[in-house]
Amino acid sequence: MSQSSNNSNTEQVAEDKITSSTFMEGIWENNPVFVMLLGLCPVLAVTNSTINALAMGLATMFVLLASGGLVSILRNHIPKQVRIATYIIIIATFVTIVDYLIQAISLELYNALGAFIQLIVANCMILGRAEAFASRNPPMKTFVNNLGMGIGFTIALLCLGTVREMLGSGTLLGFPLFGATFEPWVVMILPPGGFFVLGGWLLLFDWLKNRKEEQAKLAEIQEAPLGN
Amino acid sequence: METESLSFIFFNAFLANNFVLALFLGLCPFVGVSGKLDTAFPMGVATMFVMLVSSVSAYFINWILMSFDIEFLRLISYIALIASAVQLVEMTLKKLSPALFRSLGIFLPLITTNCAILGLALFQTFKEYNFLQAFVYALGAGAGFTLAIVLMAGLRERLQLAKLPSASKGLAMSMMLGGMLSLAFMGFAGLGA
Amino acid sequence: MSDMTNTQAAPQQPASTAMIVTLSLIAALSGFLVVSVYQFTKPIIAENKRLAIEQAVLQVIPESTAYQPMVLDNGKLMKPGETEGGITIYVAYDKNKEFIGVAADGQAQGYQDKIQLIYGYKPACECITGKKIIKLAETPGLGDKIITDAKFNANFDALSAKIHKSGTKLAHKIVATNPGKKNFPWQIDSISGATISSVAVGKAINDSAQVILPQVNRFLAKLKEERYEPVIQQQ
Repeated sequence: MSQSSNNSNTEQVAEDKITSSTFMEGIWENNPVFVMLLGLCPVLAVTNSTINALAMGLATMFVLLASGGLVSILRNHIPKQVRIATYIIIIATFVTIVDYLIQAISLELYNALGAFIQLIVANCMILGRAEAFASRNPPMKTFVNNLGMGIGFTIALLCLGTVREMLGSGTLLGFPLFGATFEPWVVMILPPGGFFVLGGWLLLFDWLKNRKEEQAKLAEIQEAPLGN
Repeated sequence: METESLSFIFFNAFLANNFVLALFLGLCPFVGVSGKLDTAFPMGVATMFVMLVSSVSAYFINWILMSFDIEFLRLISYIALIASAVQLVEMTLKKLSPALFRSLGIFLPLITTNCAILGLALFQTFKEYNFLQAFVYALGAGAGFTLAIVLMAGLRERLQLAKLPSASKGLAMSMMLGGMLSLAFMGFAGLGA
Repeated sequence: MSDMTNTQAAPQQPASTAMIVTLSLIAALSGFLVVSVYQFTKPIIAENKRLAIEQAVLQVIPESTAYQPMVLDNGKLMKPGETEGGITIYVAYDKNKEFIGVAADGQAQGYQDKIQLIYGYKPACECITGKKIIKLAETPGLGDKIITDAKFNANFDALSAKIHKSGTKLAHKIVATNPGKKNFPWQIDSISGATISSVAVGKAINDSAQVILPQVNRFLAKLKEERYEPVIQQQ
């Protein structure tokens, strides 16, 4: 499991095969939020409730899939000089589309997410993935990878959304969890709470990673003969 | 429907509704460039400059879009204009101070995807500010961003000398710091109410 | 054009025409997509917005069953299509299609950000009959009590809004007092711990009412007699 390293474009040898790691990469190992630290703005801003987090994740995934797909299809026809500008136009197009779609689906949700829907266009994850992956890979592979990335992003949003909502409002998806005597930890749904909860998750993941590395090192030392 | 005073708009964007610490905009550079005070301050100023240029241009673009009733093109035109403004700043900086240009590195073009700038343009449009209000809003937002990034840089520089549990180094600590700053800035809420 | 980020050495400059053609095609495609989606969703969005307002109006004017928007512009009462500027008011009708009251928007700076609301007014009682908060960004658990607190909401069941005899303003300024200090029917009892938000609600209603209600009063006869055909009916 520990074979694939950091960057997926080290495999530029015509690896058009779609492996399971193409999909899973975005969920754990190269999770766009927790590992690559991309797209942080919405992660903190719209995760004050689970439903907002879920909606934002899905909207971003839609833009990621659509723009990544289009970029991948056109990848051999976009001159290098203007590629960033082209990617941005494509992304902005799909963000505008998703903006109107959400307004049509639920005005309430739209008001809750506010300007952050339009701000998806500034999500470095989407531009980053277009540049690093979609522009170099065939559409199907891009689709699978973006699916994984999108799901990973949504999972990260949900990690924050659920914790913040449970602690900050005492509810989950709007349903009260604890009794009426529960005093919600209000700071959790305010801006500082976003920082703290993200910091908490990062702490957890870092600690897990360190522990795994230490165990691997210990295993090495035990197996190696006298040396160092 | 009262109109807001200019000083209120400025201080609101600067402190109470600080773009980074209250509105969560501009986090990527906030986390990325705030490692050192020397790069943090120029980054803040560069961003503020792009904000001012974008704000003014956005005002006119929006006016044109509204006149022709094509507001669905707003997002695309805003981002195109921000990209151009960043290009302008890059070229200017390269001429005026090549050393600074190099030390800011990849983060200069990344100002394009800085949600703070796009956010500024969008918010000023939603709030229907007139030209002067929009300009002051951009000043406040830029100053607030610079303030936040400089504060963060100062804190992180100090922290490099402190002993910390190893797991909390890096981004986790930055987030906790950010949370503290954000909490502190909440004290400014109610300013001008 | 601009090459944005890369330090990667560009070998030969591809013909400028290739770049222009690509960008133009992308722009055309993008424009087509956006316009299509926009046209498709426009009626749905308009309906959503109308429904949201209808819900609010029906809530703030008890016994109303329908409304239609009108515009107060330059001292004249007009239908929405007839004028560009002006203030929109929502004229409400009861189940007999008779004029019953008017609702309007109000906003004021709260603790964190602007508070927006809709309030209702019935000329029969010369009072505000209800308020509904449309948008707020106050402290959850504290400021947002202006939505949930029953005692606070009771302030708005019959909030006095008599017109001054000059006909240009309200007889008394609608204002929120300190908690427990309400003495007159045109005052609002603030929520303790959320006084700034409460005061904002009072200010939002007052600022709007001072401008709108005297004008509504002037047009009362017109509103009552010419029973405008309401556009929307509630089931």
